[in-house]
Amino acid sequence: MTSPAADFAPFPKTHLLGISDLSPLDIENLLDRANAWADRNALPDNKHAILRGRTHINLFFEASTRTQSSFEIAGKRLGADVMNMSVASSSVKKGETLLDTAVTLNAMRPDLLVVRHHGSGAVELLARKVANCAVINAGDGSHEHPTQALLDALTIRRHKGRIQGLRVAICGDISHSRVARSNILSLTALGAEVHVIGPATLMPPSIERMGVKVFRSIDEGLEGCDVVMMLRLQRERMAGAYVPSSREFFHYYGLDAKRLARAKPDALVMHPGPMNRGVEIDSAVADGEHSVIRDQVEMGVAVRMAVLEALAENLDHAKDNRKPGE
Amino acid sequence: MKNFAEPLLGQRANPKPLLFRGARLVDPSAGTETPGDLLVSGGKIAASGSSVTTPADAEIIDCNGAVLAPGLIDMQAHAGEPGLEHLETLASASMAAAAGGVTTIACMPCTNPPIDDPALVDFLLRRARDTAIVNVVPIAAATRGLAGSEMTEIGLLKEAGAVAVSSGREAISNAGLMRRLLTYARDFGVMVINAVEDKELAGGGVMNESEAATRLGLAGIPVAAETVMLDRDLRLAALTGGRYHAGQISAAESAEAVRAARKRGVSVTCGVAIAHLTLNEYDIGAYRTFLKMHPPLRSEDDRQALVAALADGTIDVIVSNHDPQDVDTKRQPFAEASDGAIGLETLLPAALRLYHSGDITLPALLAAMSSRPAKLLGLPGGTLETGNPADLVLFDPDAPWIVEAGSLSSKSKNTPYEDARMQGRILRTIVAGRTVYEYAPA
Repeated sequence: MTSPAADFAPFPKTHLLGISDLSPLDIENLLDRANAWADRNALPDNKHAILRGRTHINLFFEASTRTQSSFEIAGKRLGADVMNMSVASSSVKKGETLLDTAVTLNAMRPDLLVVRHHGSGAVELLARKVANCAVINAGDGSHEHPTQALLDALTIRRHKGRIQGLRVAICGDISHSRVARSNILSLTALGAEVHVIGPATLMPPSIERMGVKVFRSIDEGLEGCDVVMMLRLQRERMAGAYVPSSREFFHYYGLDAKRLARAKPDALVMHPGPMNRGVEIDSAVADGEHSVIRDQVEMGVAVRMAVLEALAENLDHAKDNRKPGE
Repeated sequence: MKNFAEPLLGQRANPKPLLFRGARLVDPSAGTETPGDLLVSGGKIAASGSSVTTPADAEIIDCNGAVLAPGLIDMQAHAGEPGLEHLETLASASMAAAAGGVTTIACMPCTNPPIDDPALVDFLLRRARDTAIVNVVPIAAATRGLAGSEMTEIGLLKEAGAVAVSSGREAISNAGLMRRLLTYARDFGVMVINAVEDKELAGGGVMNESEAATRLGLAGIPVAAETVMLDRDLRLAALTGGRYHAGQISAAESAEAVRAARKRGVSVTCGVAIAHLTLNEYDIGAYRTFLKMHPPLRSEDDRQALVAALADGTIDVIVSNHDPQDVDTKRQPFAEASDGAIGLETLLPAALRLYHSGDITLPALLAAMSSRPAKLLGLPGGTLETGNPADLVLFDPDAPWIVEAGSLSSKSKNTPYEDARMQGRILRTIVAGRTVYEYAPA
């Protein structure tokens, strides 16, 4: 089985650490690949041999069900041997440093390493210490979550046909959100107008320097938007430290049908999940006709297949490992 | 090649007289810069000028126009002893100092245990006498265990040899205690040094709060964390008339606050670390933890304002804030990595960047690292006047070199200047008339 994406331009990076490393063209190329996979995934027989013989390790220092299983399915569909390293219960908790972990992993000779870590920059640190292995950032601290931004962009593109010229609102805890940062980078690179909405305590300083417009009022920020992205508000941040209560947060920043009416009639509603219903989003909206939250999950698998495939093509021993015609 | 002297192990040195011939004599205490010779005899500066008579047994050093200046006095360095010998020892710190032209280090009390007792001051001085090749003076803890709640025996600490008391790495947050400290220490003539950062306001921040931090996804420390504490201290200094010194400031607004306080007639002093004069937040690049420090590196505007404040005399001293950290605690994700950077050996070469850029004259630059700290700490040195201890540095201000972390003398290698280009090489360092360091071209 050949890849539906076989004819796309080679990806010019060894690792996928963040959207900030990518040009608009790099992003578009990955989206084109992912789009082909999304179409192919809708057909029966989803087992491919593109990553046969490749070892793909998911190394998650932070618990994640959604992202980890998405990467796992993507790797398995492409034929890789996928292993999940459960770090929460492993030696890292016993004082092993991140770099010790890198040394251990090197010895296992993985080809593809998917990493999530609570520290901003941790994935990049790890990437500098592994050999002959492509590293994919599955979320580092409050820094970046590039595959999330790619799957969001693909979801938008498949519904709207384009990203250029669209108005996209990102609402909630911008300060602590890697999803917000990666999306701001990718959407502005692709020519969208980005609004960020949230209370000042959850807005990082100088965020406007990233090319976005900042709104304190959700009603103003949603005006004329084509896409509304809601972010998850972590439970520990809604009890007085950053906002007084989840009730007050929902009152001023929660998305309900009335507020959504400020956006365009055909606006898309998105959420990276998992949702806090009644805190940042009303159930009627989350499950309503504007919602493409389920599509985001589906696009997640396609995007991760595209990323795994694109990076695997760049591995040193790529040619030896791949039989002609396969 | 670096050649170091052996420690004296408590013996008195009795070296031959030294004649520096054809030097560019820079005397920061007088603000002068003149070509001439300088004679060292009996551990003291014996004569200087254009017609110095050479004793028959003198060793003659041809300077070829290199700068001869008082050895540097570093008011803030962490030297590892006691308790942190895996990071640095007085011996290794003193070698780094000697290789950097620093002839006196004032050691911070943030050790294990902290230097909060006269017996520990005594221990440190004895240890230094036996193992260090430069002068070491202790700065004692201002509060017991550096815990910020009870004051130490300031009078007895001074008698034991402490040159000042310090809050350590963290500020004394209790304003009432700070007031009493300044008041009590005033009558002993002891200077109180505070680390100016409000801990609550700094929150969990790990770098300057700015666009750079936002892009890196790192929690920021606002400038206000520094100015809030500094403003409080400046008011307390006015209230008590105590000898107050802000250990290091990092921002334009802080320099402005000090300037304004002086205009009101408050007598205060402050320092700045060499890193904050020569680097900014963007040098952190892709999460380089060797540039993680407290206070954090600020914006380029702040850096330039600090340089201007140094040149106009608002900032009194430049410190190395030499802070050895091992690789294990540094090679971590940025937020989890330890704070601190070494700086003794690169202090003068890095500072010379400000001279080469035309921001400050050489005598004024050297004053901030020699005559002024000498005055603040009540130490001899910082001058080329006859009769003073012959603590000297001979350096070529123009010689280019590249910093290689591995070849630095400090036991820890966490330099923020790794692979940086420097202009200015230390050729020889003299402590009490004895050559403790000499550079020999390979």
